[in-house]
Amino acid sequence: MANFGFKISTPRSIDLDNADRTLYEQMLEMVPSYRYCIGCGGCTATCSAGQFTDFNIRKTHFLFSRRQYDKLTTDMLPEVDLNKCMLCGKCSLVCPRGVNTRGLIVEMRKLLLN
Amino acid sequence: MKKIAILGAGPAGIEAAAVLAANNCPVTLFEKEAQPLCNITDKAFLFPNFADAAEVAAAMRAKLDNPIITLRCNTEVAQLTPSYITGFQAENLTGTPVWKVNDELYDIVLLATGYTPFDARRKEELGYGIYPGVHTSLEMEKMIREGKIVNSLGESPKRIVFLQCVGSRDEKSGNHYCSKLCCVTAVKQAIEAKKQLPNCEVFVYYMDLRMWGQGFEEMYRTAQQEYGVNFIRGRISEAGGTFDGRVQIKAEDTLLGRPLKMTSDLLVLMVGMEASKGTRELATQCRICGEYGFAQTKDPHLHDCQSEAHGLFVAGACKRPMTLTDSINDGRSAAYEILTVGSINSTYEQ
Ligand code: SF4
Ligand code: SF4
Ligand code: SF4
Repeated sequence: MANFGFKISTPRSIDLDNADRTLYEQMLEMVPSYRYCIGCGGCTATCSAGQFTDFNIRKTHFLFSRRQYDKLTTDMLPEVDLNKCMLCGKCSLVCPRGVNTRGLIVEMRKLLLN
Repeated sequence: MKKIAILGAGPAGIEAAAVLAANNCPVTLFEKEAQPLCNITDKAFLFPNFADAAEVAAAMRAKLDNPIITLRCNTEVAQLTPSYITGFQAENLTGTPVWKVNDELYDIVLLATGYTPFDARRKEELGYGIYPGVHTSLEMEKMIREGKIVNSLGESPKRIVFLQCVGSRDEKSGNHYCSKLCCVTAVKQAIEAKKQLPNCEVFVYYMDLRMWGQGFEEMYRTAQQEYGVNFIRGRISEAGGTFDGRVQIKAEDTLLGRPLKMTSDLLVLMVGMEASKGTRELATQCRICGEYGFAQTKDPHLHDCQSEAHGLFVAGACKRPMTLTDSINDGRSAAYEILTVGSINSTYEQ
């Protein structure tokens, strides 16, 4: 087929109808406190890696909970590059909902990056 | 006629006393402080209508001017135990007890021992008691009342930051519940601050803004529209002092998805409501201590002013966080329950 230089752009909206729930469900089993997050951003504000890079921990687990796994893998946006986390655990200390945020990173790495 | 004791001369206790007295029931009102209504008289203005707190308190205080109401201030009730009439088993809480209030006996007791503000020192990362620019909402209220909002150097502040949910909705503080009135109080104080200091920048950091009561949402809108108060959705996770006595805060602007830093002359922590020491201790003694140390009612819908213990009633913020309006109404409901369920005009038979 002739190449006219056009391509079909992928829709930008999050499509929860066709999202794959399995990884998310698996995560809830491993880190049950995940479901309590209220998105306050405390973890991001305090994150050690976030002080020096544009890493945003809250965005990583939000993308994961919205099943946007490719954003964390193939797209590898610097903001949500899971390798930037130093596993220091400061984020867990400030979380008002007691979410095991460091645990989330560890499990996301296992599920997505290995 | 049965003897009635009301523990706590706050809005709920006073309202209950007034209603009972209007129905010809003599009551004794115990108050541990030197004056009644301490949690009202320390305020400047009351939401949602900016009523003068001193005037409202005076009007409530006037309800006690009735010869059959005995007000005993400076009298802390340390002991509240059911003392069973012969013929009932000592362990049977459904029997007909008389209540031992300190050393006196009463047939009916209304627990209205209220709340205590959360101790902000427990959130060490927010720097209260460490950095001079960090204040609680109570201290802010005092500055508003005295018309002297100043930074740690005694100068007029250029920036004030309010932080919601301090000690409420927080696993780390052990309080999962929402204190219900800190959201609207922050909006009220932000407006007051702007009235007194029109050139001061005011920010409110929130996780959710709970404008649930009549007039609350309108106050929020007024704060934006007329006073230019800035609202940022994110929880401040840490605060530190600067060399010049100001406070540096860290948060995420969650709507932009970016971390945010700012320096402010004042950081005001909107402290939540916890069960007061009296509430905790007395509710425990009578075995009606519920979650978080608040008093447990018999049923949240049908018998919310009664307790499981016969002759023991509960009203106001000793049950859960409550606004002034709700506390007054609750005191009134408790009085009605005492008049009916408490079978106040009969003798001991049920
Ligand atoms: S601090 Fe906790 S509740 Fe807040 S966004 Fe992070 S994980 Fe969610
Ligand atoms: S554990 Fe990772 S995400 Fe959490 S504060 Fe440390 S670096 Fe940031
Ligand atoms: S009323 Fe507002 S500030 Fe207070 S605990 Fe509830 S949400 Fe937080």
